[in-house]
Formats: sequence, C-alpha cells, structure tokens
Amino acid sequence: MSVADQCDTALGWSTGRSAWLSRSIRIVLSVGAVLLFTGPLITVFSGAFDNNPDPTQLSVLPNKPSMINFEEAGDKGIWSYLANSLIIAGGGLLLQLSVSVFAAYALARKKFRGQALMLLLILTTMMLPEEVIAIPLSLVIGDLPLLHVSLKGTLLGVILPLGAWGFSIFVMTEFMKEIPMELEEAAKVDGAGEFRIFAQIILPLVKPALGVVAVFGFNMIWEQYLLPLIVADDPSDYTLTVALLSLRSDQEVGPGIVLAGALLALVPSLVVYLSLQKSFLRGITTGAIKG
Amino acid sequence: MTVSNPVRGTTDVGSAASGGGAAGSHPVRRRHRRRLTGSSFTPWLFLAPAVLIFVVFKYVPMVEGIRLSLYQVRPFLGDLWVGLDNYVRILGDERFRDAIGHTLVLAFGQTIGSMVIGFVLALLLEGHAKSLWFVRSAVFLPVVAATAVIGEIWRLLFFPAPEGFINSVLSIVGLGPWTFLDSPDTSLASVMFVGIWKGAPYDMVLILAGLAGIDRQQYEASALDGATTPQRIRHVTLPALRPVITILLTLASIRGLRVFTEVYVLTGGGPAGSTDVWMTRVFTVAFERNEIGVASAGSVMLFLITFALTVVVQLYRRRREAG
Repeated sequence: MSVADQCDTALGWSTGRSAWLSRSIRIVLSVGAVLLFTGPLITVFSGAFDNNPDPTQLSVLPNKPSMINFEEAGDKGIWSYLANSLIIAGGGLLLQLSVSVFAAYALARKKFRGQALMLLLILTTMMLPEEVIAIPLSLVIGDLPLLHVSLKGTLLGVILPLGAWGFSIFVMTEFMKEIPMELEEAAKVDGAGEFRIFAQIILPLVKPALGVVAVFGFNMIWEQYLLPLIVADDPSDYTLTVALLSLRSDQEVGPGIVLAGALLALVPSLVVYLSLQKSFLRGITTGAIKG
Repeated sequence: MTVSNPVRGTTDVGSAASGGGAAGSHPVRRRHRRRLTGSSFTPWLFLAPAVLIFVVFKYVPMVEGIRLSLYQVRPFLGDLWVGLDNYVRILGDERFRDAIGHTLVLAFGQTIGSMVIGFVLALLLEGHAKSLWFVRSAVFLPVVAATAVIGEIWRLLFFPAPEGFINSVLSIVGLGPWTFLDSPDTSLASVMFVGIWKGAPYDMVLILAGLAGIDRQQYEASALDGATTPQRIRHVTLPALRPVITILLTLASIRGLRVFTEVYVLTGGGPAGSTDVWMTRVFTVAFERNEIGVASAGSVMLFLITFALTVVVQLYRRRREAG
C-alpha cells in the first residue's frame, strides 16, 4: 500500500483491499456512532406508533403498532399546535426571506451614506442573544411602540420578531456581491428600472443562496422556544414544541402521546434537512467562519 | 481555509468592476454609474423593513431592558427608580449565584465535550466514500432536531427506573441503574450529556471542513519523516485546525452561557435547583415572581458578559492575524 494512500485522511485510514483490519474497525465504530446519534430519534418513531404508554418499554420497533397515540393527541389539540407551528414557520420564513433579499440588495449593490452604520446595526443584533432581551421583548409585544397595539396571543407576535435575521442578511449580501456590476449596467442602458433590475436580474441569480438562507431560517424558526412561550396568552397559542412540555405535565397523558407530538415536531425539520442537505452544510461552514 | 476563498475571489471581481467605472476614461459609462448609484433614497427603501423590525424587536427591547434594570417595576403604580439596587439584589441572591456556577460548569463541559467528541467523529468519518457521507448525514441529525423535541426524547430515555431505556442498555455492560435527571447529584451531568450529544455533530462538520483544508503534502512529508499517527495528529493536524477551534470555542461558549431551552425542558432547573442556570433563573424571577426589574438586571449582566467575550475574542483573533 502506498504512502499517498494513507495520507488522504488525518488518521491515515487505509482504503486498500488488504487493510481489512482497519476497514472493519472503522465500520464497527461508524455503526456505533450512527446508533448513538440516531438511535434516540428512532425510538421516537417506534414509541409514537406503539400502543403501550409505558416509558420503560421504549424500543427500536413498536410492540403493538397502532395510531391510537395520534388519535388521543388529537383530542389534546395537537393538530392546532401543529397548525400554529406551521403558520409561524411559513409566514416567518416568507417574511424573513423577503426582508433579507431587500436589505442585501441595498447593502451589496449600492453605495450610500450610513452604509457602515447599517452593517454595524445588523452585526450588533447578531451579537445580542435573543434570550437576554426576552423580558423587555414580551413587554414590547404587549404594547408596540407608537402604535400601542398588543400582539400578545397572536401568531403575528411570533412571526414579526423573526422577520429580520442578521445571519440571513449577511449570507445573502455575500452572494449578491458576486454578481458582476456589468449585468446591472447593461440593463440600465436598456432602460430597466430599479425594481425590474432587482426582480429580473438579481433575484434569479441568487436562487442558490435562497436555498441556504431558507433552510437555516426554517431551522431557526422551528427551534424557537422562549419567544412563542412569552408571546402566548394561554396554552392554546403554543407552538408544537412548546406544547410538548404542557402535554407531558398533563396527568392523563402518557408518554406515547408526548412521543406522537415529538414525532410531528421532528418530521418537518428532518424533511427540510434531508431535502436541502447540501445548502445546510455549506451554510454552516460559511456562517460560522463569517460571523 | 477553503471557505474563504470564493469570498475573497468575489471581492476582487467587485472592486475590478467598480475600478473600471471610477477610472473615468469613458464619460458615457461614468454617467451611467452615477445613475446606477441612484438617489440616496433607494437603498433606504430596500433596507426599511429590516431596520424597522430590528429597531422595534431588538433595539427598543434592549434599551428598555437596560432602563427596567434600574427601576422597581410596578404595574399600574408607575415604576420606581432604584438605581443599581436590582443588581445588588440579584447578585446577593444565593440561588442566582448557584445558577451562575451551574451555567459556567455547563458551558465549559459542553464546549469541551462537544469539541472532543466532534474531533473524534471527524477523524473517524473523514473521507470521500459514499458510505462515509451517509454516516455523516445520519450523525448530523441531532443538530437539526428542535431542542425541545430532543429534551422530551431524552427525558424518556433517561427514565430513572432500572427498566428505563438507557438503564437497560447500561445493565448489559454491567453499569447502573443511574438516576440521571432525578437526583441533584447526576442531573447537571445528564443535562451536559444531552448538550454534548446535540453539539458534537455540529462541531464535527466544522472540523471536517478544517480537515479538508489541510494540504495532503504535509501528511506525506511527515510520513516520509517517519512520524507515527499520533505525532502527525499533534504536529500537523491540530495546528492546522487552530482557526476552526477558536471559532468553535467562541460560538460554543456564548451559546453555553445563554442556554435556556435544554434546561427548561429537561429539568426546569430542578431537582432542588441543581440544574438552574442563568436564563432559567431570570425567567423564574421575571414570570413567576414578577420582579421584572431584578430579572432585567440579570439579563443585562448576561448581555454585557457575552458582548465582552465576543469583543475580546475578535480582538485576539485580529491581533494574531496581524502579528
């Protein structure tokens, strides 16, 4: 086996056919890693479909498969929690994407007075942990400045604060900077107006970036916990993730029903991740290195 | 770093393009450039939604939080100026000081634990084979699952009776049964374990990106010099990963200090306050004891510390890059 062969990875894993020992060690350890990191998620699938509410009986495969957990969870309002979550995710994401694309267009394609200040303003919001402003935010949502309207107990109260996200704006700005100015200038010469340039030249070119920003935005919104918790006026306003805790505290509810809820909260994030995996991993590396 | 290359390439393209316009050798082009820059009003129109949302939902609350931390908040009666009294009170609160201690232990343990496990995973799963790509995707799943969901799952897996899932697994290798989240002695460690379980695959992805950026010739050179694998890891791999490790340390320590959801879902701060952290404490003081001013003082302190931490790390990084 050649030296170069062993220099492909930091540990020098051999890939040759003769290196059966190294290969089998690696296979065993990889299987172990997969079990450790996906096993707990698999128990959710089996537990949710298992007609056995005993928390000590979790297993990899359901013992008595049935849909009873979902029926009972439905009586506890799980579908309306799911609807809350989906409306917030859809509305929040749509708003977040539009706001980011607009802001990035100004930051990447224009030069104007106060640009540096704007960048600083956005960067500061990224350094400001959402948790530390939770208390005053709950007061602001209860009484919007100037308008004096309360968004407490409304889905809009969760959607609006998620509408602008520094990370998303920055990733979008980086992508938009890559588009050559000449394209825009040519369109100007042809008499295209500002919004036509934006809609017909810039937007189509940043489609790949929209994928990255969308998958991250979804994840960020789905992960929200404290915000829907403080916006809610009563438990019927909860999102699915927040409702899991109140479901569990309900004496009549067994773990099977909580797991049914957990499964419903898990599936959308898995679907989004598995379908946009490339964008996701690319975003993690760029995002972390940039910010 | 592989990632920064395309970005640097971009800046070059951008400056070359604008350089051409600014040279002014073509009067026609210059006129168009001025029109392209447009009135100074247009960029603000595009920025308006973002600025509006940031001001209302970030900056107003931030200022309001600082203001509230200096007042005794009394609904319907009007707020009462108390100066730094709230800060004195929250620092004097023994449960809050305990919570700060737990936060630091948790942040430190999770940061180091995730990084070590992430590094091991990255070493194990580095490579181009399709099967490895599949394993990496599977291992990454805990990162995308919502924290609240993960909390519920682990609460059930950690069921403290001998028949609990993890305890049955442990009994196969002759360990346990352990109490996990149910006893003050093991609760913090259990919360930390869940944090590492969710954090390690994230670190793995960044370390893998770092590993991919290492020049293969360095490995070949060290192999020719007769270096063993541990020597190679220590003298070639780890120094090359230093930038990634710095980033991970910063991100993870800030994330660790502001931890809320994991703890709130897994233990709610109990048993007997053994897992109470900074933000769960602030939450309790604000929404259960209704002492908004005192809770705001706690939030402002956390903000100042994370802010200082970010600035220090940024300065340190910049100085290293300059020197």
